[in-house]
Amino acid sequence: MPDAGGPATGVVSRPIKHDSAEKHVAGRATYIDDIPEPAGLVHLYIAQSPKAHARILAMDLSAVRTAPGVVDVISAADVPGKNDVSPVVGDDPLFAEDRVQFVGQSLFAVAAESLAQARAAAALARIDYEDLPAILTQDAARAAGSVIEAAQEMRLGDAPAAIAAASRRLSGTLAIGGQDHFYLEGQIALATPREDGDVHVWCSTQHPTEVQHNIAKVLGVRDHAVTVEVRRMGGGFGGKESQPALFAAAAALIAVRTGRPAKLRLDRDDDMVMTGKRHDFETGWEAGFDEAGRLTGYAVEMGSRCGYSADLSMAINDRAMFHSDNAYALPAAEIRSHRWRTHTVSNTAFRGFGGPQGMMGIERAMDAIALDLGIDPLDVRKANLYGVAGLQTPYGQTVDDAPILELIERLEATSAYRRRRAAIADWNAKNRWLKRGIALTPVKFGISFTATHLNQAGALIHVYTDGSVMLNHGGTEMGQGLYQKVAQVVADAFGIGLDRVRITATATDKVPNTSATAASSGSDLNGMAALDAANQIKARLTAFAAEKWGVDPAAVTFAGGMVRCGTETQDFTTLVREAWFNRIGLSAAGFYRTPDIHYDRATHQGRPFFYYAWGAACSEVIIDTLTGENRCLRADILHDCGASLNPAIDLGQIEGGFIQGMGWLTTEELVWDDQGALKTHAPSTYKIPACSDRPPILHIDLWDQPNPAATIRRSKAVGEPPLMLAISVFSALTQAVAAAGDFKIMPTLDAPATPERILMAVDDVRRRAGLS
Amino acid sequence: MRDTVRFLLDGEVVELSGIDPTMTVLNWLRYERRRTGTKEGCAEGDCGACTVAVGELEDGAVRWRAVNACILFLPMLDGKALKTVESLGGKHPVQTALVEHHASQCGFCTPGFVMSLWVRGREKQPLPVNDSLAGNLCRCTGYGPIVAAAEALGPTLEDDPVEALTALAAAPSLAVETDGRRWFSPRSLSELTDLAEQHPEAVILAGATDVGLWVTKQHRRLETVIWIGAVHELQTISQTPEGLRIGAGIRYGDALDVLRGLHPDLGELLRRLGSVQVRSSGTLGGNIANGSPIGDMPPALIALGAKLVLRKGATTRSLPLEDYFIAYGKQDRRPGEFVEALVIPPLGDRLFHVAKLSKRFDQDISAVCAGFSVAVKDGIVSDARIAFGGMAATPKRAAACEAALTGRPWTEETIEAAARALAEDFTPLDDMRASAAYRLTTAGNLLRRWFAGQTAGVLAAEAIDA
Repeated sequence: MPDAGGPATGVVSRPIKHDSAEKHVAGRATYIDDIPEPAGLVHLYIAQSPKAHARILAMDLSAVRTAPGVVDVISAADVPGKNDVSPVVGDDPLFAEDRVQFVGQSLFAVAAESLAQARAAAALARIDYEDLPAILTQDAARAAGSVIEAAQEMRLGDAPAAIAAASRRLSGTLAIGGQDHFYLEGQIALATPREDGDVHVWCSTQHPTEVQHNIAKVLGVRDHAVTVEVRRMGGGFGGKESQPALFAAAAALIAVRTGRPAKLRLDRDDDMVMTGKRHDFETGWEAGFDEAGRLTGYAVEMGSRCGYSADLSMAINDRAMFHSDNAYALPAAEIRSHRWRTHTVSNTAFRGFGGPQGMMGIERAMDAIALDLGIDPLDVRKANLYGVAGLQTPYGQTVDDAPILELIERLEATSAYRRRRAAIADWNAKNRWLKRGIALTPVKFGISFTATHLNQAGALIHVYTDGSVMLNHGGTEMGQGLYQKVAQVVADAFGIGLDRVRITATATDKVPNTSATAASSGSDLNGMAALDAANQIKARLTAFAAEKWGVDPAAVTFAGGMVRCGTETQDFTTLVREAWFNRIGLSAAGFYRTPDIHYDRATHQGRPFFYYAWGAACSEVIIDTLTGENRCLRADILHDCGASLNPAIDLGQIEGGFIQGMGWLTTEELVWDDQGALKTHAPSTYKIPACSDRPPILHIDLWDQPNPAATIRRSKAVGEPPLMLAISVFSALTQAVAAAGDFKIMPTLDAPATPERILMAVDDVRRRAGLS
Repeated sequence: MRDTVRFLLDGEVVELSGIDPTMTVLNWLRYERRRTGTKEGCAEGDCGACTVAVGELEDGAVRWRAVNACILFLPMLDGKALKTVESLGGKHPVQTALVEHHASQCGFCTPGFVMSLWVRGREKQPLPVNDSLAGNLCRCTGYGPIVAAAEALGPTLEDDPVEALTALAAAPSLAVETDGRRWFSPRSLSELTDLAEQHPEAVILAGATDVGLWVTKQHRRLETVIWIGAVHELQTISQTPEGLRIGAGIRYGDALDVLRGLHPDLGELLRRLGSVQVRSSGTLGGNIANGSPIGDMPPALIALGAKLVLRKGATTRSLPLEDYFIAYGKQDRRPGEFVEALVIPPLGDRLFHVAKLSKRFDQDISAVCAGFSVAVKDGIVSDARIAFGGMAATPKRAAACEAALTGRPWTEETIEAAARALAEDFTPLDDMRASAAYRLTTAGNLLRRWFAGQTAGVLAAEAIDA
């Protein structure tokens, strides 16, 4: 195990700019569609099912094949290997066989001299369908018993008995919408045939290894025949974990069949229709509590719409269960999770991976309990925190580091929460049409893949004889700054400047068998693997230098581009060259696996997480009770990154995650019609936050404690947790709606809280409170 | 006539002949010219990743506008100057500020932000940052660092290609024909009139902020296009005895000040109608001519009593705007006829208000759009013009609501009756923007909110003393 800790030195922990920042602003950062198109390139278009559920009676592609410019047409029968591009279960066909199962499902691919020709040709197919009954909603799936897997359960104590015995009880339901990733760069793959039937594929993916495996599976070749490479993505957010495989496999198959390079680039509409999204949830909760708002028992039943196939839905729904406690110690808990199979696109990973949806139920319960008792929701939250009410999670892990009360109290002070809450109550009393709300909510997010075996990473480092360093690892760069963070770790290990370290594209032939860059684990895993590789080379250089100068190896240190050896110093390059001359190996493969984690999925007990990341946000909103229009006016955030590897990058992750979460809970509404077709498939109809949606006042601070767990430089993962800080906005909106009913009625506000949902919730509380 | 499109790119005259006339500037840049800094994020003018700067000679100086290259057809660049992110080199103050503020993460949207901010730096009176950037979506940063960079930037002083553009301007009118597809860029009203009569089947194009999508989204082949953007007579705003006359080729951005002068709500409506990029391309004439049920301008203009001037050959006719919209997708425009101008009568002392409801404030299509105009004499409503968009298949006046107002005292009671009367006027639909119930409820509430004097709503929240 490499040495993880130690104080910050060198380039680690400094706010260094993103490695590609200068290329981004110059338009010189190369995305896959920017790679010069190779001679002979063919363009693919994928024909899609117009039906949610139907039997394919006949598929006549003859007119497609003879259309102008068409080079090749492939459907299920043309797949030489296995017709599957799924991550785990084997239920995502590359091309539909006898049945289509969602609107947008891939039917066949056309390769032509131009994209316009391929698209035009695809429209010439004659397909006869026999309609089958389509299950489009969770209700329909429940009625039909249509599931991805059996309902899962997690229990701590006897929650039903505890709730029954409680002095107070409340229950409620909450619908939580899904979310499209809306990465600015759509799905794309560029495949080039190589000799022996091999293929190289540039693919915008967070999971090159899985794309490689799927291509090999489709082609019916060994993994070593396929190389997948990615330098950077134009955003991922989970949407490029399992989703790219289909497009990459289609391009690879065409490349191998035609002997020509092949590109498949989805336009925005096709991308939004064909790819999975964040799962929409329906959550029912029941809480027993005392007069101080302390929970005595909590039961939650969650259902999610998984779509037509499993994809990653089991793990995603598991993570929703793991986070249904959020930051609160539950004396007794019963957590049930249904994974409904529907005839809709297969939902997939999205920043938070079910965690955000899992937290929503208990945060709603906190607001409901406070309203019921007529006390400040923050007092209910604080009374139930880990570290205040206990340390035991419902899945058997003890929370051994819970700084959340201290963190919340610092934010409560810096945001002036109590004073502002009182001022808002006065303001609301004076204003008939506009109402304000404020809420301070915590986040606790478990860090590690819950499938324990995925918590491993590899890296490859070469030191060249001019003292320059080539760095490669299994992590991918989607904008989150992973490449720069790992480069900082490596530069620091060698005591050299960042300019000496060349970050290279992630490729399956450099570092094999990698896990997805997901679960916020990128820097935790790859930083450690790269450090291991660097330390191996350093150990060899140290031994060489110690022998050369006859000193103890402990006296050899690397800093400032120099190597100090007792009283001697030599510049790094000279030492490297001498080492090479003395036949010292200057290349190493590093490896890391996260220690101390284990989990038994059969019993849902174990220690799935290496540690937790914490944070809290205080948001203030205003609503118009005549239209439901709303704005977030101010947010204050305090977030835990441990000892940050790069505070500038981490602040960017926090701010971006918060705004993305706010979009999920406010303006981003996915609408399907009653035939299962997505109606919001472009930015004209699907509204992610724009510049002016950012709260005009936004303060973000980093918690100042290092990670007690032995992570890379005592930092903490930061990719996903901040998204859930936006639950404070949803809770504040709930408070503002409650204010419209003089806090007599708990609002039934669902997510996303669009102007329409807010208006309906306002009208509902006013009617039930007898105010209208 | 001339069949070669000519424009300036980084000072060099680019001459293109034999082009597909509806090739977008984005596709030309990326796949023909291999300038790949400009990105495609949506191909519908909504995300701004393809933002480029287009310069035109105006009063002897170059006026730069930020536009979406993804829905800009190549011949629309004729006689203009184009700048892309590559034109700036890499060390331009805009670029340096973005780097210093950590304003890029994945970087895919960044070139578009660079160009929006570069154009902002050339504005004599730059818009507020949020407004300048409303047409650029970023999914990674949450915008804060980009806003900080923008606020740190001052005006940009650069040499403009005045002489080169002047030289290009001397060329004759452009007419392109490739594989049987035709594009005309008439320079004068008489040329346009002749072409419209010769090609009654032609698509008459103004800013392409909607027609562009026919090509990029519906993949339609446009056989004949007559682009009115070079017709100088349509590029004028004038005061006439009938009121303010706005030429059909006037872009939203160029009408903003004069409409805001008419009433502040009109300025706010135009601001929210579309981003800077959309306002720099789209026209009021196009917004009307095209007859979309969700066009933002018609309800306000109908409430104002605006008239449309249509021309065919030597004859013009004028009709109340509301009469132009016959049914969904059907307007009162005859073959060979085109919209020449819009005439807005003076508001006088009428009470007026415009409101727009959408899921997102900026760069969103309205769920409901309302225009209210009433004349009140001695406390009695003497005349009412109430119009809505999003409530029916066309922008439409609310006759029952108007009747409930007219002749009644201007009181809360009257407003209440008028709001309830909207249920007789409209049977709105459910769609992805809003439900029928929301539309009907808020249509009435907008009237109530207006009367209560609460029209600023939550957008003015920062100004409200907490």
